[in-house]
Amino acid sequence: MIRKPLRPLARIFSARSAGENPDLIEHGNRRERIAMQHERILRKTQRRLIMMGGIFLISFGVIGVRMTALAISEPSEPKARATATQILASRADIIDRNNRVLATNIETHSLYAHPQQVVDSVTTARQLAEIFPDIDAVKMEARLKGAQKFLWLKGAISPEEKQAVHDIGNPGLLFGPREMRLYPNGQLAGHILGGTTFGEQGVHSAEVLGIAGVESAFDDFLRDPKLNGRPLQLSIDLSVQSALEEILYGGMRLMNAKGASAVLMQANTGEILAMSSLPDFDPNNRPRALTQGDASDSPLFNRAVQGVYELGSAFKPFTVAQAMELGLIEADTMVDTKGPLKWGRHFIRDYKNYGPELSVEKILVKSSNIGTARISLMIGSELQKAFLGRLGLLKATSIELIEGPTGKPQYPENWSDISTMTISYGHGISTSPVHLAAAYAAMINGGTLVKPTLLKQTAPPIGERIISQKVSMRLRSILRHVVTEGTASFGEVPGYSVAGKTGTADKPNNQGGYHKDKVLATFASFFPSADPKYVLIVTLDEPEDRAGSEPRRTAGWTAVPVAAEVIRRVAPLLGLAPEIETSRQNGLTLAND
Amino acid sequence: MKNLFLGCLVVTVMGLAFWGYTENYATKGSLDKIAQLNEEIGLAHSRLRVLNAEWAYLNRPERLLQLVNANFDNLRLLQLTSDHFARLEQIPYPGPDLGPITEPIEVMNRETSP
Repeated sequence: MIRKPLRPLARIFSARSAGENPDLIEHGNRRERIAMQHERILRKTQRRLIMMGGIFLISFGVIGVRMTALAISEPSEPKARATATQILASRADIIDRNNRVLATNIETHSLYAHPQQVVDSVTTARQLAEIFPDIDAVKMEARLKGAQKFLWLKGAISPEEKQAVHDIGNPGLLFGPREMRLYPNGQLAGHILGGTTFGEQGVHSAEVLGIAGVESAFDDFLRDPKLNGRPLQLSIDLSVQSALEEILYGGMRLMNAKGASAVLMQANTGEILAMSSLPDFDPNNRPRALTQGDASDSPLFNRAVQGVYELGSAFKPFTVAQAMELGLIEADTMVDTKGPLKWGRHFIRDYKNYGPELSVEKILVKSSNIGTARISLMIGSELQKAFLGRLGLLKATSIELIEGPTGKPQYPENWSDISTMTISYGHGISTSPVHLAAAYAAMINGGTLVKPTLLKQTAPPIGERIISQKVSMRLRSILRHVVTEGTASFGEVPGYSVAGKTGTADKPNNQGGYHKDKVLATFASFFPSADPKYVLIVTLDEPEDRAGSEPRRTAGWTAVPVAAEVIRRVAPLLGLAPEIETSRQNGLTLAND
Repeated sequence: MKNLFLGCLVVTVMGLAFWGYTENYATKGSLDKIAQLNEEIGLAHSRLRVLNAEWAYLNRPERLLQLVNANFDNLRLLQLTSDHFARLEQIPYPGPDLGPITEPIEVMNRETSP
């Protein structure tokens, strides 16, 4: 900008020559300059205001556009965050104590139809019936012609079936992904695992729910997304379970029994290493529950947990142990066994006459009901009931199966003297084989209570003391004699020093009495007897050994040989080395022998 | 001096803008890659689960027993009994290693898997 001088010489000179005051020119020019300056400042200010307005407009506009965009767009997971932890939606696996798979999932497909899109429903129905034998072509045709817009055809189909349906090439037949529970070992441990069913179903997924066994008892654990698919580890040993089931099935057939059950428990921890109930079922294809008749005849019935039975003489060691703990008797104390023992209008008899008196040890070895009943009278009703209660024999076990609470022991409400006497030898009280296993474990592991569990334990639990170490040791030695010289002589397994007690109980009939020719044979055993590691309970329902001239039903002839075979097979699998016999040291024989 | 400072400022802002632009796209690229890797991990997991299930199915005790019986002439495998326990000195010293596996078998064809 060219600055205009305040006193331009030309105008000053001409003003001077004209006699005017030249200062007026300067004043005029100064005024003009100030006016121009004002105008410039005004324009600058206006420009700044417009600019500010523009900036505000743009800022608010950007915020507005962003807010609108956020409001109308579909929300999406933040990508960077989702990568840190990936949520597994599927049900967790179940594994055995050695990490072998017992239950897992596989991806299959479900089949559904949009009937309005089905071309030629007659042929389609016929082709579907060819692929799936359980589909009826006529009914399917009616369904496909119906007014429904959506039809479920199959819950889960195999890849081969999917391909076959795909080959029909009908646009109305559609597939949705489905996760299906698979039990790769088939029937093995079927009662423990239970089974699953589909819950809420959608096209893209379906809820898999446990309906029995551990699947149901641990349903929340298995479905918890927080655990990120952490498998459920059971205490079961797959190979031991397999051997146990195989032998038990063979034994059941050989002894002509209608059912059988076995429980193998670790004596110190209460962990169940194998448990079987026959007849059994395949959890992959769970049979329907019986709608009529006796529920215990169904293969779904778990005899080891749900079945409560009078287990007979297998209860005698509890009476003897309690009396020894109370200091009432010792192993060599003589007890009156003259029979029959009359109490009110009841008679207690022995299997055969054992003479006027027997030592406590012989009472167990020969299994004398009269002797045990007399010992129970020394103890008294109240103490006996309290002792059995502490052993956990009067309430359902805490085993982690949904069926657990249904195995509730039955015993007389009025625990009279006659009840005390019959209960002392296992009549008048019904418990499950799992109850018996846990109670035996407590008796022989040194005297501390264990809780039966199906979960692998990291450390042995410290249970309540039931009997002293000394009594436990004496009981072990007496029960060893039951095998070496008593009713369970078939139970001897070389190298494993088996000990235990037999029990043969007449089965109750519907008239309130007992069957004459139907028994429940039990062998409650443990091994090795000096330092017991395992407890094995084998029960056979209505066994009958027809090898001899007349049928033999007592446990010594039926349950004991089966249990011995189980121990012979299972003990090496458990890594239990046989006790070396002292007479055959180093495997050498003398030259002059 | 002022102009030089302003010029430097402008150049810095442009530089930062360029850096921000490249970082933004690099991050987006990484996120896409992570998403893709996650998808691959998911597929690998499901493949692993199928293989595990198949392995468990093929190794079920029932089938192993059948195989042992069918191949008894060649393998002569017997059930483990108490006679099979021995003292440490009775066990022979282990032989040389079998060496690395040079011919692995593809158990699942990845190309044809979905």
